Amino acid sequence: MIPAPFEYARPTTVDEALQAIAAGGEDVKVLAGGQSLIPVMRLRLAAPETVVDLGRVAELRGVREDGDALVIGAMTTHSDVLADPLIQQHAPLIAQATETVADRQVRHRGTFGGALVHADPAGDLPAVALALDAEFVIAGPEGRRTVPARDFFVDYLTTAVGEGELLVEVRVPKLDGQWGMRYEKFNRVAQAWSIVAVAAAVRRENGHIAEARVGLTNMGPTPLRAGAVEAALSGAEATPEAIAAAAAHAAEGTEPSSDLNAQADYRQHLATVLTRRAVTAAAGL
Amino acid sequence: MTRISVRVDGASYQDDVEPRTLLVHYLREQLGKVGTVVGCDTSNCGACTVHLDGEAVKSCTVLAVQADGAEVTTIEGVSRGGELHPVQKAFHEMHGLQCGFCTPGMIMASIDLLQDNPDPSDDEVREGIEGNLCRCTGYQNIVRAVQLAAGEMRGAPASDGHVAPAVVDTAAAPHVVGQA
Repeated sequence: MIPAPFEYARPTTVDEALQAIAAGGEDVKVLAGGQSLIPVMRLRLAAPETVVDLGRVAELRGVREDGDALVIGAMTTHSDVLADPLIQQHAPLIAQATETVADRQVRHRGTFGGALVHADPAGDLPAVALALDAEFVIAGPEGRRTVPARDFFVDYLTTAVGEGELLVEVRVPKLDGQWGMRYEKFNRVAQAWSIVAVAAAVRRENGHIAEARVGLTNMGPTPLRAGAVEAALSGAEATPEAIAAAAAHAAEGTEPSSDLNAQADYRQHLATVLTRRAVTAAAGL
Repeated sequence: MTRISVRVDGASYQDDVEPRTLLVHYLREQLGKVGTVVGCDTSNCGACTVHLDGEAVKSCTVLAVQADGAEVTTIEGVSRGGELHPVQKAFHEMHGLQCGFCTPGMIMASIDLLQDNPDPSDDEVREGIEGNLCRCTGYQNIVRAVQLAAGEMRGAPASDGHVAPAVVDTAAAPHVVGQA
């Protein structure tokens, strides 16, 4: 199948890209790596009037340090994220989750920012960004604004990026020292989307869990923080029993969907199991 | 129409394409590179895998305009001077195929994997080609072929006894005879 015809713009700077989006008419799609957008256009689920291809906007690529944060350009490919020493050192949770995204061909094209803006509930990176308290830098005609992860994911396939705007970069606080991290993903076959997955970051102190952050993938239309688990873990002993007791709260307040892969109650069960595994591993047990 | 310049298998091309043209259709229909096949048309099966600037991609999920200025290598461009690429040779020797439809993509993905990891374990081979589906072989001989090629490309002996085609010939399984 072939996409419906569209006008094509290929800017080389963010400013040019914003102009192209503004001039693109009613229905404009921004093309990052295209690994979600092109399939959707082939199926004619999207038939935009204009496609603005960010492939030549060099300033959107790469990972750099800025004080106590990592700054990841929106157009950095999954492969480049995996190969980046700063990510491995300061945000291994991102590397672990990125490794599970699709397959190597898709990871060569697909981008960090594209996956986050697409905001598929089964996508792996949104829950990771949420667990790491990432911040999203969005450019628009009025300038740039920064949106925290908890406000970025608005609904199914919907983010805080408005019409006429684009995601420029994502700032991820470095979690060094006593932090351990683990991404636990459950799916049935290689390269498939997550049925459920859990992103955990845990800070240990004197045999206790001082702080825990738990993000849930595919447990609702947006990624979620497992607040009840985090509260139960705060100050708890770092033991398998305490972690299992806390993980039992993982599905509280979630409304996952039922589909071909799993019923909602099975997803809720998976959330507790995967949370226990992810937190246990992140706590170094 | 948009003008693109690409190098494909070592030759330069300049063409006008519709922006919606998929790279695989450009390769097959405008350049006649029919060695690259369309399998699922949904980015799942990997049969259409080619290298774009040296990296394996699914050419059904890349627009031809995105390849402007790039170097594309298809299965038709991996042999050198009439000599098969070591991965092609290994798929032949290990019988890493039955119907052969997935083979171009399997070989292109495997070459990409071996560039990153010249000495993969069996599990690493299976994970490395997770984006390529084969509905005939059960992957056994494909994994053996990639291992053989890896050894050859590292300069190791061609066979250490561990790597050999599977002895079971599923085509001759007895229950099939009764149904025929």
